[in-house]
Amino acid sequence: MIDLLNAIVALANFVIVPAIAYGSQLALGALGVTLIYGILRFSNFAHGDTMAFGAMVTILATWGLQSLGVNLGIFPTALLALPIGIAGTALLVLATDKMVYQFYREQKAAPVILVIVSMGVMFIMNGLVRFIIGPDDQRFADGARFIITARDFKELTGLEEGLAIKSTAALTVVVAIIVVMLLFWFLNNTRTGKSMRAFSDNEDLALLSGINPERVVMITWIIVAALATTAGVLYGLDKSFKPFTYFQLLLPIFASAIVGGLGNPLGAIAGGFVIAFSEVTVTYAFKKVAGYLLPEAWEPDSLVQLLSTDYKFAVSFAILVIVLLFKPTGLFSGKAL
Amino acid sequence: MTLHPRDIILFFVVFGLIAATGFFQSWNVALGILNMGLISAIMALGVNMQWGYAGLFNIGVMGFVALGGLGAVLVSMPPVNEAWAAGGLRVIAAIAIGVATIVAALQGMKRLPKGRVNILGVIGILIVGFFIYRAVLDPATAAIEGVNPAATGYLGGLGLPVLLSWPVGGLLAAGAAWAIGKTALGLRSDYLAIATLGIAEIVIAMMKNEDWLSRGVKNVIGIPRPVPYEIDLQNDPSFVERMTSWGFDPVTASSITVKLAYTGLFLVVLIILLWMAQAALASPWGRMMRAIRDNEDAAEAMGKDVTARHLQIFILGSAVCGLAGAMMTTLDGQLTPGTYQPLRFTFLVWVMVIVGGSGNNFGAVLGGFLIWYLWVMVEPFGASLIGFVTSGMADGTWLKEHLLESAAHMRLLTMGLILLLVLRFSPRGLIPER
Repeated sequence: MIDLLNAIVALANFVIVPAIAYGSQLALGALGVTLIYGILRFSNFAHGDTMAFGAMVTILATWGLQSLGVNLGIFPTALLALPIGIAGTALLVLATDKMVYQFYREQKAAPVILVIVSMGVMFIMNGLVRFIIGPDDQRFADGARFIITARDFKELTGLEEGLAIKSTAALTVVVAIIVVMLLFWFLNNTRTGKSMRAFSDNEDLALLSGINPERVVMITWIIVAALATTAGVLYGLDKSFKPFTYFQLLLPIFASAIVGGLGNPLGAIAGGFVIAFSEVTVTYAFKKVAGYLLPEAWEPDSLVQLLSTDYKFAVSFAILVIVLLFKPTGLFSGKAL
Repeated sequence: MTLHPRDIILFFVVFGLIAATGFFQSWNVALGILNMGLISAIMALGVNMQWGYAGLFNIGVMGFVALGGLGAVLVSMPPVNEAWAAGGLRVIAAIAIGVATIVAALQGMKRLPKGRVNILGVIGILIVGFFIYRAVLDPATAAIEGVNPAATGYLGGLGLPVLLSWPVGGLLAAGAAWAIGKTALGLRSDYLAIATLGIAEIVIAMMKNEDWLSRGVKNVIGIPRPVPYEIDLQNDPSFVERMTSWGFDPVTASSITVKLAYTGLFLVVLIILLWMAQAALASPWGRMMRAIRDNEDAAEAMGKDVTARHLQIFILGSAVCGLAGAMMTTLDGQLTPGTYQPLRFTFLVWVMVIVGGSGNNFGAVLGGFLIWYLWVMVEPFGASLIGFVTSGMADGTWLKEHLLESAAHMRLLTMGLILLLVLRFSPRGLIPER
């Protein structure tokens, strides 16, 4: 019985808690991708770098606040800097839209052209981030490190296994829930949100009923900037900030959005968790858990790790391919053009 | 499909830029740019086949290039006999089991009754197969990687001439392209893009992790060369004598001779490929491809098998990228999986194709040379520009330090800007399709 509890705690410590945090970050990223796809109708390859840019502005603001002696006690100062980051990112994406995307929208260019254009934007944003903050790791987390450490948990419960919950992981989940609730409230209950959904469902009908497309596009970009910045900051707090990893997040984020159904916000969230849980489960070494559950004679001597952690991209990719082959519109039927 | 005078001028301008580097900096640098420009031009040709002829959006170029590089290692490095004895057969058996599992799963998908039985059956086959595969493979890789890990620790190659690895690299890439194409072609263009992006990351992850195959991040160095070594030339009295009599420094002359030899080899490959690509584009096959690109439905109505043609061109284009990858690894003399970065190997090639002119082979080649030249030269230009801008600032201020340090990152910014400007103001590129 104790063994079973130990196994559950070990699993929670190494698989469930990290996967929930990672899943929330992916879900926020995928929501941004899916909104762009729903309203502007193209896959935005610059999204990973938008996240990096937002995180960068937030980090700079955090450092500024820290040098002024401002902090939030047990919470990371970055939370206070987040609105500044969102504002900075919103300005950048709005400027990008005016200078770059608007032209192609008016031309009614094919979606694939917009994708290539977003590649150019990706280069520029990537260059900007590297230019301003450099390509190296930056740590900006402060405040309490853990809600509960492994040792405290062991003393509290008397179990052999400890469960450590990083405060950043808990924070990620809480912030993600708040952001998602706000987003859904906005989409379902406000006039602007409804006009966005109408625009996404049927552009012609929306135009006919007097919805101003440029306004819808502008609001979309601002929301996307907020989502991307929040996702980027949470990821950076939980792990660390390095511009290149944000670019690499593009694949799991797109996988999440597509698995859930491109253009469907609910699907993006589900997709994020599907991808995160599979990545963490497949790359986790189950030796410890198996050790508790199996009788001693059967105890495995290998790590019982299905794939090494570097293959996590393979996992998101495999799930993506399976879903595309069997249910091309995603789990929650998205838009299929 | 011929070259206009304007196009020839453009080519002269680009080669003039490279030659200017030779006159004002050093011929070593200029030839270095030219050689990588040749390889870039071949990569751009491959992407142009896929995008320009057929409208396929492949952003996994990096993966195919890396597979080509792996081909160079597998063909030309000497075999490590001890490692083969330690686990060679077991690895082959494991790979056979892996292939058998996939074949069995595919058959199961076809044969088993539809519905839940089918899905569970296929998943069952895959899981059982995977565990058998790992059970066979793991001891073998451990044994192989244990053989003198500092120097080898991998199976090595076949010890054949390195030139042979170029077509082999192409074949490896073609094989991967077939597998991806079979699953992802026929889906929407964005999905193909994501799928290729994923495959590229997986290929790199595999090369970094499967030490028994590619030595992983320990890198394979000292790949045999198709051309003489500089040191041999310098020790060759007749070479030294001739170069001295022509008034050259033998050391510089030796490295330039080696680079020129590579230039010759690459030029031959580029000319053959360009000729074949042009002939293909002008043939009924080429017209069919463009017809499919411009209107898939109409082409299908005419009885063309769109998916099969897409698969064909996807494989061909990827093979060309693989070939270029093998050539690049040969030129470098080493395989360093850690250096494959999507921005450099996928997106930069895309900039080459778009800037040069998608759909036009000469355009892609021109773009390859021009963008590679800019990629190399933007850094020193950027540094001197920033040096000029900051010259008025006091020494030691953090802003000046920071700006000087960041000059190296100017190239991404510049490439993005070039891509956006070309897309906006000259979307058909420098040498448009005709």
